[in-house]
This record gives sequence, structure tokens and C-alpha cells, in this order.
Amino acid sequence: MKGQTEMKIIKIKKEAWGQGLEKLQSEFRLFGPVADKDGFEFKELAQGQLPVMDLGNTRLSAKSTVYPQTQVMFNYTLDESKEDHHIMKEVDLNGQPQAVIGLRPCDAASFQLVKRNFDNPEYPDPFWVRPYEQSTFVGLACDNPSPTCFCTSVGGGPYSENGLDVLLSREGEVILAKVITEKGEALAKAAGWDTDADENVFDERRDAAEKKITAKINSDQLKGKNANDLFSAPIWEDIAFACLNCGTCTYSCPTCWCFDIQDEVKGTEGKRMRNWDSCMYPLFTLEGSGHNPRPVKEMRVRQRFMHKLKYYPDKYDSDVQCVGCGRCIDLCPVNIDIRDVCETMNNYKPLKSES
Amino acid sequence: MQNPYLPYPVRIDEIITETEDKNLKTFKFVFLNPEDEEKFSYKAGQFAELSVTGKGEIPIGIASSPTEKGFVKFTVNKTGLVTKYLHNMQVGDIMGIRGPLGNWYPWKELEGKNVVIIGGGFAFTTLRSSIVYMLENRDKFGEINVIYGARSPGLLLYQEELKAWEAAGDIKMHITVDATDDPDWKYNVGFVPTITEEKAPPADENTYAIVCGPPIMIRFTQPVLDKLGYAHDHIINSLEKRMKCGIGICGRCNIGEKFVCKDGPVFTLEELNNLPFE
Repeated sequence: MKGQTEMKIIKIKKEAWGQGLEKLQSEFRLFGPVADKDGFEFKELAQGQLPVMDLGNTRLSAKSTVYPQTQVMFNYTLDESKEDHHIMKEVDLNGQPQAVIGLRPCDAASFQLVKRNFDNPEYPDPFWVRPYEQSTFVGLACDNPSPTCFCTSVGGGPYSENGLDVLLSREGEVILAKVITEKGEALAKAAGWDTDADENVFDERRDAAEKKITAKINSDQLKGKNANDLFSAPIWEDIAFACLNCGTCTYSCPTCWCFDIQDEVKGTEGKRMRNWDSCMYPLFTLEGSGHNPRPVKEMRVRQRFMHKLKYYPDKYDSDVQCVGCGRCIDLCPVNIDIRDVCETMNNYKPLKSES
Repeated sequence: MQNPYLPYPVRIDEIITETEDKNLKTFKFVFLNPEDEEKFSYKAGQFAELSVTGKGEIPIGIASSPTEKGFVKFTVNKTGLVTKYLHNMQVGDIMGIRGPLGNWYPWKELEGKNVVIIGGGFAFTTLRSSIVYMLENRDKFGEINVIYGARSPGLLLYQEELKAWEAAGDIKMHITVDATDDPDWKYNVGFVPTITEEKAPPADENTYAIVCGPPIMIRFTQPVLDKLGYAHDHIINSLEKRMKCGIGICGRCNIGEKFVCKDGPVFTLEELNNLPFE
């Protein structure tokens, strides 16, 4: 693996944790889970602010640290007395390096799935790729996974190192840090964390945590199925029946990446913005003529699950576009459960197959 | 890293009202930086995002031909927020073009072949690009037939060019209107599928059909082409969808695993048959 270093485990005591983070802030913008209204979310840490490490997963995923819900793409002026009026000006994407502290292995893995879309060979997307390249990911292992977690059946795990530069494991007031990449090593050095741990408990803790995950999905049959058969299968009406098309699943999902582009003008000054969008909304596909290829919710729900569980794996010859974080299950107001949908799709057999 | 979302700045050089209902205007753009014209090197069948500063972007097929130098042309139907604003813009105004985007008609494969172009209404823009391109490279193609229809004579695009092509005789033009009360109308009267049945050459291994028009025209032309014996890998369609990024990233214009903006907009009917019907 690129940037791989010889695995090193560091012991960080309580005071050294806070001091180290504060030290890092001279070099990095730090992001971590912090209290927000009645929950907690990934936000930029204020000077001296500590990330919340003792609650479960954040309500929204860590994707916003690289891919904000709303961001400026270009600036412009409509003032015709200015020489460059009506011409788009690029924003500076060469910002300060950043570190995302305390994201869970599921969220870390999600960046690897989303990367295929944004960091594609033909049109690499600088608004995603630049912040991603400037990020160091310091994950927090999950010793108490939630009942809706199913990362282990989609290639992940509570101690998975996929997409991480450092993996942390907590033991009371002490944090053990496994340094995975050169980026991670540089961060540990900048924080002044250099006390070698006397023992490696990661494997042992990993096994214990993995045993606690009981929820799972089966997607093993999906690859072999015909996309058109699944698309026209008589399963979508039932799956979509209760759906409100609220979009909560797509906003909370770490692997949902769809966006909209909109211009916003105040007086003579304008911005071209990019905002998260959702396939749950009729406007997502409504055409100028009035035609809408997905006019009813059943079609929109089908698009979401087909994209995650069939189109993505087919397109990239990979596993499903899901990291098993369980957020969409937790947050869905009408209890639509991706595990059930995946099971239904996985077991579906067309009544009369032409092939 | 090149920013694929950054439009090239352009100036509106000319605006032509195409149809009697004034809903279609052709905009001729000149690049503010001459070197951008080189970068915007395109093939007939591709599209671009027209960027109206302060309003947004719209995906529009390129109506000029790669053989026409010094400018690019787009014909725009007045429909939504951006197009309504664009229709009120003036010669000299500054805006942007981002592209070229998408794939193109399979020109390599079409070399040495007979081509029948079947178009309807205002979906004739990339077909104009194609016709001009083929006329400039006339010896590279076999027989060329063009079947083009609109509801009435005044709704046909590029009326002067249609007449010139008809008169020049390098291609067989079959202009038609659904109906007209003009006693001097000297072309066909009838729907595009009917005229296709009458005028399209018989199918063979060396004959390709390019079909571009409103859904209803495509729906009723298909059985005619089937009857004439056109194989589905010899029928070429150009699709439309709501688009934003135009480069296969923003996620909205997919049919199955294909993005119309990047994997299309040009697909053979055979390719479409293998995708979910959406």
C-alpha cells in the first residue's frame, strides 16, 4: 500500500491528547465530532476544543469534512464597470492541510468508495480531490458497535484500517494510536505523540468488537443478476410504499455524493455554488420540457437502491456502495431498512427468464 | 489539475430568431481568448454547458460544425430560467461555455456508409452540425438522406440552409410539415414516421439511421425502421436528460449504470435495449 509504514503503536495519555491536538492546530485545520443541538456532528474544532470521543457515531457522516454540504465553486461580478465582469473566477483550493479526528472506520472507508466517482481518470474533480489529498484521517475504532451496524458484511470492520492514516483505540483515559501511513506518522510527530506502547492489543480488541456485530447483509447473488431484471422486478412498490421521499437517507449517507449547481447573486456580486442534492426529490430529474423520467417515488427509491447495490458494483467491478454505518436505518422516519432491501434484491429470481 | 467546471468566457456575436413563434434562437459565440477555441475542439453530436453568469448552466447540443471556424453556434429553445434570460441577452454580452461534453455520432464507423438522418422539431441542432460536417467531407460518405419535419413551415430550423441543401442536391432532402395551409409549400406534408416509410432507403449492412427528435416522433418512427429492416446496432439515437455537471459526477442523468452526459448522449438502439427502460 502506498505511504504504508511499519506499523507503530503509540500510547497517548489524557493530557498529551489535548496538548497534541492543540499543537496540531498550528499546522492543520482539525475536524472532529462536536455537540450540535441535540446530537453531535463533524465540525471544525475551535482552538483548544476537544472532539467528542465517547458517544456513538455522528448523526451525519464525516463526508462533509472533504465535501461540504454547500460550497463556493466560482466567484464573479456582474458590475460592467469591472474589466472581468461576467467571467468566473476560481476559488483557491490550496488551503491548509486538515486532519479529521475521531471518524469511524465506516466513514473512513466511504471516502475510498466515493473517490472512484470524484477522482476519476477523465475529469478529476478538484473541489473534492484537493481537500481529500490535504486530509489526514485519524479514525476511532468501535468497541461498542450499534445494533444497526453491519460494516463487517460490506468489507469493513470496527477496527478496519481502510482509508485511515491513524487508528485510535481507547482504554479509559488512555488512547492507543496505530500509525498506518506516512501521513499518519507525520501527524503523530507534529502532535508530539511518541511514547511507544508496550503491547499490541489491537488484534484482540478487533476480534472482540467484530463479534458484537450481529446485523448483516447478503449481497453475494447481486453481481450475477441482470440489472434490467432487478429494475423491472415487482418488488419496488412494496419497498417504496411508506417512503416520504424526505431525503434523510441520502443526506446522512457517507457514500451518497449527488450534487446540484446553482448561481447565487447579491447585488452585482455572485457565486456559483455546489450543494448536496438527493435522488429522492422529483426536481432532481425534472426536465425543462416538463418531462420527468422519475415522476413517482417508487422510481426514485428504486434509483437509490439500484445505484448503491447494483449499478455501482457493476460499473466499478467492486462491492456495494455502502459501508454499513446503519445511519439510514437509524434515521429513516418510516423504517425502510437497506438490509431488508438488499436481501430482497439478493434473493430475487425473475419469474420467466428470457436468457 | 484542470478545473472541469470552469467555463471558457465567450461573447455573443450574433443572435438569429429561427422560428415564427420566436421560441428558438441561434446564438453565435466567439471565444474571448482565442486559444480557448483550440481547447474547445469538438465533433458533431457533442454538447456543451452554456453558462449564463448569475443564472446557471444549461446543456445544449452544438449546432455548428467542427468544420466551421472562428465561432460556435447553439440553438436554444426558450423553456426555463436560464433559457428565458438568455433569450433576452444582447449581442456583445459576456457569458461562458463549458465543454465539449459527451460522445458524438460514430463518425469513424460511418465513413463509407450511407446515412439517413431523421429529425423532428428543435432537436435538429446536432443534426445540422452533422450535415454541415458530412457536406464538407462529402466524398467520405455514401448516399445521405435527410428527413426533417416540424409542425408547420415556420417552425423548421435553419430554413435558408434547408433550401440551399435541397437545391444543391449533394444530399437527398425530405423536408416535411405536419400540416400547412400555404398553397406554395412545395415539400412534403405528413408526420416524420410516414415520410420515413416513404423515403428512407431500404436497410442494409452499409446504411445507418441517426434519429433525433421528440419522444413521440421516436416512438412512432421505431416501428417504421423495424419494418424497413434496420438492425438495432444501425440505429443511432441522441438522448436528453436534466444535467448539471455534464461529466458523469453529479449523479442525476443515469440510465442504469450509464450517464447520458458522459457515456452518451449518443447511443445505438441496441445499447439502449440493454439498459433499464427509464
